[in-house]
Amino acid sequence: MPETTTTADEGAAGTTGASIHLQGVTKRYPGQPRPAVDGVDLEIRAGEILVLVGPSGCGKTTTLKMINRLIEPTSGRIVLDGEDVTTQDADKLRRRIGYVIQAGGLFPHMTVAANVGLVPKMLGWDKARTAARVDELLELVGLDPADYRGRYPRELSGGQQQRVGVARALAADPPVLLMDEPFGAVDPITRQRLQNELLSIQDELGKTIVMVTHDFDEAVKLGDRIAILDVGARIVQLGTPEEILTAPAEEFVSDFIGTGAALKTLTLSTLADVPLERGTTVTAGSPAAEAVAAARAAGDEFVVVLDAAGRPRRWVDVDRLAREDTVVATVDRDLPTLSRRATLHEALDTILTTAHNAVVVTGRRDTYLGYLSAETLLTSMTPARPASAAPAEGTGTPS
Amino acid sequence: MWDYVVARRDEILFSSYQHASLVLQCVLLATVIALVVAVLVYRNRHLTSLAGSTTAIGLTIPSFALLGLLLTWLGFGVATSVVALTFYATLPILRNAVVGLSGVDRGTVEAARGIGMSRAATLLRVELPLAWPVVLTGIRVSTQMVMGIAAVAAYVLGPGLGGFIFSGLSRLGGANAVYSTLTGTIFVVVLALLVDLLLVLVGRLTTSRGIRA
Repeated sequence: MPETTTTADEGAAGTTGASIHLQGVTKRYPGQPRPAVDGVDLEIRAGEILVLVGPSGCGKTTTLKMINRLIEPTSGRIVLDGEDVTTQDADKLRRRIGYVIQAGGLFPHMTVAANVGLVPKMLGWDKARTAARVDELLELVGLDPADYRGRYPRELSGGQQQRVGVARALAADPPVLLMDEPFGAVDPITRQRLQNELLSIQDELGKTIVMVTHDFDEAVKLGDRIAILDVGARIVQLGTPEEILTAPAEEFVSDFIGTGAALKTLTLSTLADVPLERGTTVTAGSPAAEAVAAARAAGDEFVVVLDAAGRPRRWVDVDRLAREDTVVATVDRDLPTLSRRATLHEALDTILTTAHNAVVVTGRRDTYLGYLSAETLLTSMTPARPASAAPAEGTGTPS
Repeated sequence: MWDYVVARRDEILFSSYQHASLVLQCVLLATVIALVVAVLVYRNRHLTSLAGSTTAIGLTIPSFALLGLLLTWLGFGVATSVVALTFYATLPILRNAVVGLSGVDRGTVEAARGIGMSRAATLLRVELPLAWPVVLTGIRVSTQMVMGIAAVAAYVLGPGLGGFIFSGLSRLGGANAVYSTLTGTIFVVVLALLVDLLLVLVGRLTTSRGIRA
């Protein structure tokens, strides 16, 4: 995994999003005793991804659809970037707010280009400008314009349709993006890929994104903040994923997080956040005896072999290395290696699936940083456990 | 028979032209009426089922009876034929248009509204194009049906090939009576096939490649 830059976090090109303020927004349906959404107050900051999660029927989708007034609120105000849009022309308002639904919601009788170019066309852009914008957006979502522009939705895979759906929503460069369970209809592997793509697009564009999902893991992965809703869209807890995982406000939240909250916190930290063991290293081509001596002195059972550029090549048992004269530079393709940007969750996954007791961690240009052993990983998990769960399992020492 | 047809080819061709022209104009009118009615009713569950049962009942009225009833009101002539044919042609198109429009995926319609398309734009640019193949099937059914009914309409002196059938039937036993009836019938069938072919072609040209079966 090549690391091109160490400051990827600072790559966001400024914020182009707008803040959204819901003030006492209520939706009542005739004939129902309780409002579907009951006086929601919610401040969504410009440029953040806010995820609304909650059980089905809690009013999260209704809340989302009241932001672009696909559902008209019974009472309350919606303020977009300081401007009250509650009574503005709804069609015009919606052209300023990107909207993505499950499976993309593409129009099957229009080509990809026509789908993406719809909003610019409605806004009166000329053909050349629209066409250029369409190509730009298809590239942004990772589809080659020459290949995809003329296709019809049914000629695309589910993941590709979803990408086009995102491109269409971004067409007129709206400051706000609403996403209603956008990745609900694709397989898990595609979903992960789309989630990662959304995050990198967001790094680039800095929109205000409000997303509805029932998948708490998705919320943890994508959300800058998460709002957990209960019936009537009551906001039970609003906070960063860390806050919610480590300090659930109510039993409802802990129930909703489900078992394995500690496991979920693993996606919050990366390998850069945990102490690595350096171990004994040897550069390929040097005499084996020295390395063996060094490893035995340090009490290490194995030695990591690096190439001249400091990249890990393989690890080898001290006893086996003792039988070699010169350390050879063969590459072990199964060496479990992760970038230090990988999450602890990925590290645990790698350790479990490769049946090694540790995973090698690399830094910039794939150079060796150290290794993370299963023990260290377990220890690192401990402090993040909710206090209530600690007595039974809290034997590790926080480091 | 061949001699009969050759001898009267001008008359037959003219009648065929009139027959086709009458049918196509009535179907066109019926399509417009059916689409307007369908657009008005398809969002309302009660109106939709009312439209459904009306079309079902309407199609059971014998054409001869309806023509007879219209005669007392509009008298002999083309107007009676046009009213009766348009009435029958409207029914299958209306039924299919309602089915087609209600069959459009709600998510697609919501997406259209969600990206800022107005009600009218959503209807014209999303719902109708998506319902179009189903509507067109209704138009084909109507055309076939009305081809036959138009022959009956010759009874009220509307134009068309029905004249051959009825004059033949009224003179059964006389010279060329059977030929006259057969000529009328065969040319109606041939016309129906030709027009259906034409409609299939229209369907190919007017249905987006993205939703073509």
